[in-house]
Amino acid sequence: MADYIEAPANATAAQRLMVWIDNRFPATKLWNEHVGEYYAPKNFNFWYIFGSLSLVVLVMQIITGIFLTMHYKPDASLAFASVEYIMRDVPWGWLIRYMHSTGASAFFIVVYLHMFRGLLYGSYRKPRELVWIFGCGIFLCLMAEAFMGYLLPWGQMSYWGAQVIINLFAAVPFIGPDLALLIRGDYVVGDATLNRFFSFHVIAVPLVLLGLVVAHIIALHEVGSNNPDGVEIKAKKDALGRPLDGIPFHPYYTVHDIFGVSVFLIIFSAIIFFAPELGGYFLEYNNFIPADPLKTPAHIAPVWYFTPYYSMLRATTDLMVYVLSAVVAVAAVLALLKGRFSNVGKIVLLVGAVVLIALLNTFDAKFWGVVVMGGAVVILFFLPWLDHSPVKSIRYRPSWHKYVYGVFVFFFLVLGYLGAQPPSATGNYVSQVGTLLYFAFFLLMPWWSRMGEFKPVPERVTYAAH
Amino acid sequence: MKRIILSLLFSLGLVAAAAASEGGIQLDKFPEEKISDVAALQHGAKLFVNYCLNCHSAAYMRYNRLRDIGLSDEQIKKNMLFAAPKVGDVMKAAIDPKQAKEWFGTNPPDLSLIARSRAGGRGSGADYLYTYLRTYYRDDTKATGWNNLASPNVSMPNVLWELEGQRAAKPPIEEKDPHDESKTVHRFAGFEQLTPGTMTAQQFDESVADLVAYLKWMGEPSQGLRIRLGVWVLLFLGVFTVITWRLNAAYWKDVK
Repeated sequence: MADYIEAPANATAAQRLMVWIDNRFPATKLWNEHVGEYYAPKNFNFWYIFGSLSLVVLVMQIITGIFLTMHYKPDASLAFASVEYIMRDVPWGWLIRYMHSTGASAFFIVVYLHMFRGLLYGSYRKPRELVWIFGCGIFLCLMAEAFMGYLLPWGQMSYWGAQVIINLFAAVPFIGPDLALLIRGDYVVGDATLNRFFSFHVIAVPLVLLGLVVAHIIALHEVGSNNPDGVEIKAKKDALGRPLDGIPFHPYYTVHDIFGVSVFLIIFSAIIFFAPELGGYFLEYNNFIPADPLKTPAHIAPVWYFTPYYSMLRATTDLMVYVLSAVVAVAAVLALLKGRFSNVGKIVLLVGAVVLIALLNTFDAKFWGVVVMGGAVVILFFLPWLDHSPVKSIRYRPSWHKYVYGVFVFFFLVLGYLGAQPPSATGNYVSQVGTLLYFAFFLLMPWWSRMGEFKPVPERVTYAAH
Repeated sequence: MKRIILSLLFSLGLVAAAAASEGGIQLDKFPEEKISDVAALQHGAKLFVNYCLNCHSAAYMRYNRLRDIGLSDEQIKKNMLFAAPKVGDVMKAAIDPKQAKEWFGTNPPDLSLIARSRAGGRGSGADYLYTYLRTYYRDDTKATGWNNLASPNVSMPNVLWELEGQRAAKPPIEEKDPHDESKTVHRFAGFEQLTPGTMTAQQFDESVADLVAYLKWMGEPSQGLRIRLGVWVLLFLGVFTVITWRLNAAYWKDVK
């Protein structure tokens, strides 16, 4: 609890007002802690813009969403027409709608790049594990938000995309059909589904999302930002206790971010004004046809940001389940031979492996596809404990680690590309390899991340004045 | 490293090539300049009201939106309003949907967004429509007596036949399947004119292009404004970015 402060006798009216507020609400304190005296490393590079950009996009999605909600009708018989009403009859409705639809894709672009930055520089490592976990929570919320929002225009792709994804839940053993029914609120995707998705999209998920964003930022400002060198700037402070390599967020990073935002807005506006459909990737062509429960489109694909995971789902065929069983068996044998377990531990391990292999071959491959898809996202949460590298940043890791990251990113992009294409035999083999590599990257990380010759990490950050 | 990247890119190319083979005929390119030609759009609107609106609706399109392509309310009332009483009404089909279902076996789709929804890997929605409306031919095996190259076995007859005249497909050429020697494929050999239309082939192509231009415009009536505005927005952002770039540099001078 702060002491009550009296304003000095010669204070201006504005200063008096600030003192009055500060005695009742920690306005100045909050500003200083999070902006004015928040010291961020001075060596941030290009990759560090995507955090502020995601905040910009989030605000934009909320504001455009509010205006869309004023005109949108969450009703299976009115929804499609109300979107066209926004596009044609609502003044500037087309702009608001394109901002929102392009914003959804932009959100995923900046968040994927933001996460990749974290991967490159080890931003999830101690003491930033919670920053990373809140971030993964945000990513999960974002996926739910995007999936439910995509149903709302009630076009063919909205409808059948939702149908396919909700049916996935039906593959869960025992409770699956009831679970899918609970999500749909009906036996087919219909008005009930649209209404509950609307409710989740406009209030439930955004509330959680905002809470997580606040937690993400509070946790970040508690521990301080990482940087491309992975050096803790708090380790070297001046006489006043300010990090030697830190600069106040305001004005240095505020002007930096305003510049970044203006470049972002150029790209964003170019899409909105000149290619709002972006070749069918941001707005799918089929979605300009109203939902028709009697006509299944020839090719159903989710929007591009889900396609890497969708590929993994499709890759999990019976063949893939055999491969996974073999992988589990090999892992168990290796653990038995190499690991130092007690006799009880060995028995537990062996029984566990046998049960897992039995389950793999008992349940439908479709169910394991859902597990693989979900696991691909959930595994991100464990990254802080999977990475055993003695240094944080890629800069001081063995050079071959860069190739490991390169292959990982390449296959993630390939999976994304294949997920947007109609299924093909070759494509499926490639996505199976991609899926195995995706999981190998994470699950083998405890071993490969500490192998090789690490470079010495400098005491202070490397920085060349502009 | 270069070798790794090259081989990875090569494998990606193989996958892309495998996925690119999509069926259907090659689409003709819609003459894009028509979309900014007001006379073409007005002519297209007239054709649309006369030929399409009998069976198809454009339920999200209001008649008075035609002001955007240079028609006055008076002109709209005099020349366009056959099926609707008010100039602010949406374009409803003249036909009763139940009757349409009986006649064609399916409900003629709403055309408000047809140019947006028919886009795909083969070309834009306008390319598709431009090809589709120009590849009708007589086929007595079909209930309507018509068939179409771009949309085989389509349930819509050729409503523009008086303009185009009647055509038949020449007997197809039989060829060995290049992928499988044991099979034969039928290659389209061209059309032959059976009866002349009121238009020459060139006039007909022009008219269809006008109609498609209108359909494309109707899919998003604000597209012209969108593009014009976009130029100004980008110009502004360009200047703004220069300012923020210099502002950033001015502050960062101090950081050593």
